[in-house]
Amino acid sequence: MGILIRKKSKSRGLHLPENKITDYKPIEMLPVPEEVIIPLIQNIGAPCSFTVEKKEEVKTGQKIADSKSFVSAPIHSSISGKIKKISKILNPATGKLMEAATIGSDGEDIWVERNPLYDIEKSQDYIRLMGIMDSLKKDEMLLKIREAGIVGLGGAAFPTHVKLSPPPDKDIDTVILNGCECEPYITADHRILLEYGRQVLAGLYIITRILQPENIYIAIEDNKEDAIDYIKGLLSEMSLDKIFRIVSLPSRYPMGAEKTLIKTVVDRSVPMGGLPMDVGVVVNNVGTAKAIYEAVIEDTPLISKVMTITGEFNNPKNVIARIGTPVSSLVELCGLKDESYNKIIIGGPMMGNILLDSDFPVIKGFNCILAIESRTPRERNCINCGRCVSVCPMNLEPLTYVRNTKNRNTEGLSNYYIQDCIECGLCAYVCPSNIPIVGYIKAGKAMLAGEKKAK
Amino acid sequence: MNVNSEKYDENAGKNLLITHAPHIWKGFSVSKIMFIVVAALLFPAAASVYFFGYYSMILIAVSVAAALLTEFIIKKLRKKSYYMDGSVIVTGLLFALTLPPRLPVWMAVIGSAFSIAIAREAFGGLGYNIFNPALAGRAFLSICFSKEMTTWVLPTYFNTDAVTGASPLSESFTYQVDRIEMYKNLLFGNTAGSLGETSALIIMIPGIILLALKIIDWRIPLFCLGTVAAGSFLLGEDVIYQLLAGGLMLGAFFMATDYVTSPVTGNGRIIFAVGTGILIVLFRNFGPMPEGVAFSILIMNGFAPLIDKYVKLRPFGYKGKKKNA
Repeated sequence: MGILIRKKSKSRGLHLPENKITDYKPIEMLPVPEEVIIPLIQNIGAPCSFTVEKKEEVKTGQKIADSKSFVSAPIHSSISGKIKKISKILNPATGKLMEAATIGSDGEDIWVERNPLYDIEKSQDYIRLMGIMDSLKKDEMLLKIREAGIVGLGGAAFPTHVKLSPPPDKDIDTVILNGCECEPYITADHRILLEYGRQVLAGLYIITRILQPENIYIAIEDNKEDAIDYIKGLLSEMSLDKIFRIVSLPSRYPMGAEKTLIKTVVDRSVPMGGLPMDVGVVVNNVGTAKAIYEAVIEDTPLISKVMTITGEFNNPKNVIARIGTPVSSLVELCGLKDESYNKIIIGGPMMGNILLDSDFPVIKGFNCILAIESRTPRERNCINCGRCVSVCPMNLEPLTYVRNTKNRNTEGLSNYYIQDCIECGLCAYVCPSNIPIVGYIKAGKAMLAGEKKAK
Repeated sequence: MNVNSEKYDENAGKNLLITHAPHIWKGFSVSKIMFIVVAALLFPAAASVYFFGYYSMILIAVSVAAALLTEFIIKKLRKKSYYMDGSVIVTGLLFALTLPPRLPVWMAVIGSAFSIAIAREAFGGLGYNIFNPALAGRAFLSICFSKEMTTWVLPTYFNTDAVTGASPLSESFTYQVDRIEMYKNLLFGNTAGSLGETSALIIMIPGIILLALKIIDWRIPLFCLGTVAAGSFLLGEDVIYQLLAGGLMLGAFFMATDYVTSPVTGNGRIIFAVGTGILIVLFRNFGPMPEGVAFSILIMNGFAPLIDKYVKLRPFGYKGKKKNA
C-alpha cells in the first residue's frame, strides 16, 4: 500500500514555529544514575502501593509497587541497589504529596531474570519474529504489557493494557499509531521512529494481534519526511506493507491529540465526553509501541524513557534516561545557557508544566525538558476579538471561560462545555491581550469538580 | 486570580517564572492590531485633508488629542494604570472621520470626550463597552448640535471658500443625469459628506487590506453590504448608488467590525451584519433622517451580547454526544 496523504487538517489548528533543533541528534543512552527517586503515582487511574520495604535490596526491573485495581500499572526499580528511604514528595500535577522510594545504586545494574524471545538488534530474521508474535496468546500478551507497567507514553500515562482491552460491545476496526509529535521543540518520537523503527513496528504488530482491527495506520506529520521514508522502507523489509499504512499528515498543532488525529485520519468524530473506542478506534503513541515490543518479546519492563532536552541549553540532545533520574542531573548534563532562559518546563511549550522542584525525577509520562525564555507582558482586557474561538480545535468559545471563572459562574462554564477543552493552549497562544486562558480553564474545571463533589 | 508568579531557583541563581502553559506566545498584541488599524485609517484621514483642506487636519488632530487626554484623566481618576494601546487613537480617528467638514472645533472636543468618557470608560474601559464609542460620540453630537452636524460642504481642495452642498441621500440632493459620472464622483470622493466618507474607494482599499491581514472578519462587511444591496434592490433603489453613498462603507468596514461591540462567533457576526444592513435600508427609505448607518450599528451593538448568548458554537463531537454526558 502506498502512503496515504492528508493535505488538510479536518479540525481547526495552527502551524506553530517548530524549533525542533534536536531532530538530527541520535538518542544518547545515559549512564546508570547513582540514585533514583521513584514516585508511586505515575499513571492515570488507581495509585499503587509499595511491595518492597526500606533497606531492601532490589534489582533492575524488579517490581516495587503494584495495585489490585484493573486501571493501574505496576512500577519497577530502574536500577539495582538498596532502598534508602520512602518519603513524601510533591506531585506537581495535583499539588498534593505522594510517596516515593529513593534507591541508591550499587553500581552494578544487575537485572532481574528475563526470558527474551527474540533480539531484534542481533538478528534480522523477521519471519521468525512474526512467527513468535503469532504464536502468543492475546491474554498472555496483555498480561505481559500490564506486568511491564506500560502506560501511554505520549504524555497522558493511561495504562496501556486497559486501552487494549475494550469492552466487548465496542468493535475496534481501526488502530492508529501516533507519530505526529505536534508540539514544538520535542523530537523524542521522531528519533524513536528513526532509531527504533523495527521495535515500534513489532510493537504495533502486537497491538494489532490483540485488537485485530481491519485498518492500521501509522500517522506521521509531514515535517518528518525522513521518518516517513525510513518507516516505508522498513515496512517492505519486514513485509508488513500489506497490513500497515503510513498516513502523512499536515504539520498543524494539535494534530497529535487523539480526537483531531482520528478526525483527520479516518474522518470520524469522537463524541463529546466519549473515548476513541466509541468510534471504533484505538490510538497508541510510537514510544508506547516500542515499550510494548520490549515487554512482550524482550521481557523488559518500562524502566527508561526517551526524552528530549532542548531549548536554551549549550548541548541540547535526545536521551534515554532511567525512570527516577532527577531532572536536575539531566539539566546539568546538557548545560544551561546562563542568561537566556527564565523558565524550565517539563513537556512541550504548549502543554508543559513549569518544573517546580528541580530534584523531581523523570516519570513515565515525561518526554521533554525545555528551557525557554518567555516574555510575558501583562494580561490585558479581553477585547472580544474571537481569535481564540476561530482557532479552537474543539470548536469551543474559550473567552467565555475567562469571564465565567472570574465570576465563579459554574453554570456558565458547563453551558459552554468547558469539560470538552483539551487544554491544547492555542487560545492563549493567539490571544492578543495575552490572557492566560488555559490557567482560567484549569481553575474553572477545578471549580466545577469541587461543586460536583459538594453535591 | 494570581496566575503568574516568580520563584527564586537556587540552581539557576535567579528568579524563574511560574506560569501556566502555553509558554510561547504569538505576540500579535492588541497594540499591534490597533496601530495597524490606525495606519489603515490614515488613508481616509489623508483623503479628507485633500478634499476639505487643512481644517480637517485640525479637526482630526483635536479629536484624537481630546480622546487621549480624556482617557488619561479618567484612568488617573480611577487610579488605574495608564497604558497606551492605540485603541483610543482608533476611536478618536474614527470619530473625527464621521464629522462634517466645517464643524466647530469645540464641538469635536465635546464629542470626542463623550466617546471616551461615557461610551467607553464609564462601562469599564476597553473590552467592556457595549456601544461603539466613536459612533456613540457622533450620535451625541447629532442630538446636541443637529444643525451643525448636518451642514455639509462640497470638497474644497485647499480653497478656503466653502460651498455648502447637499450630501448624497439627503432629500435636497439631486440625482445627476449621467449615472456613470455620479458613481465616479461617489467612488473618488467628489461629493459632499463627512470627513472620511466621501470616497468609497479610499475606504475600501484599507478595508480590504485589513481583511487580507485577517484583522477584521470578512463576514461583517460582506453581509452588511450584501444586505443593503439586496434590500435596496427589492425596494427599487439604485443599488450601486446606495452602496457607494453616505457612511455605509466606513460603517461596514471600520465601525461594525469593532471587536468589542460585535458578536464573537462567525454565525453571530453574520446575524449582526445582516441586522445592521436591514436597519440601514429601513432608516434610509422610511426614516426621518437621510442617513442611518450610525444608529443602525449602535442598535445592533445593543443586540450583540444577546446574539452571543443564543448563537453558540457546536463543539467537536456534539452530534454523537451521550445523553448523560
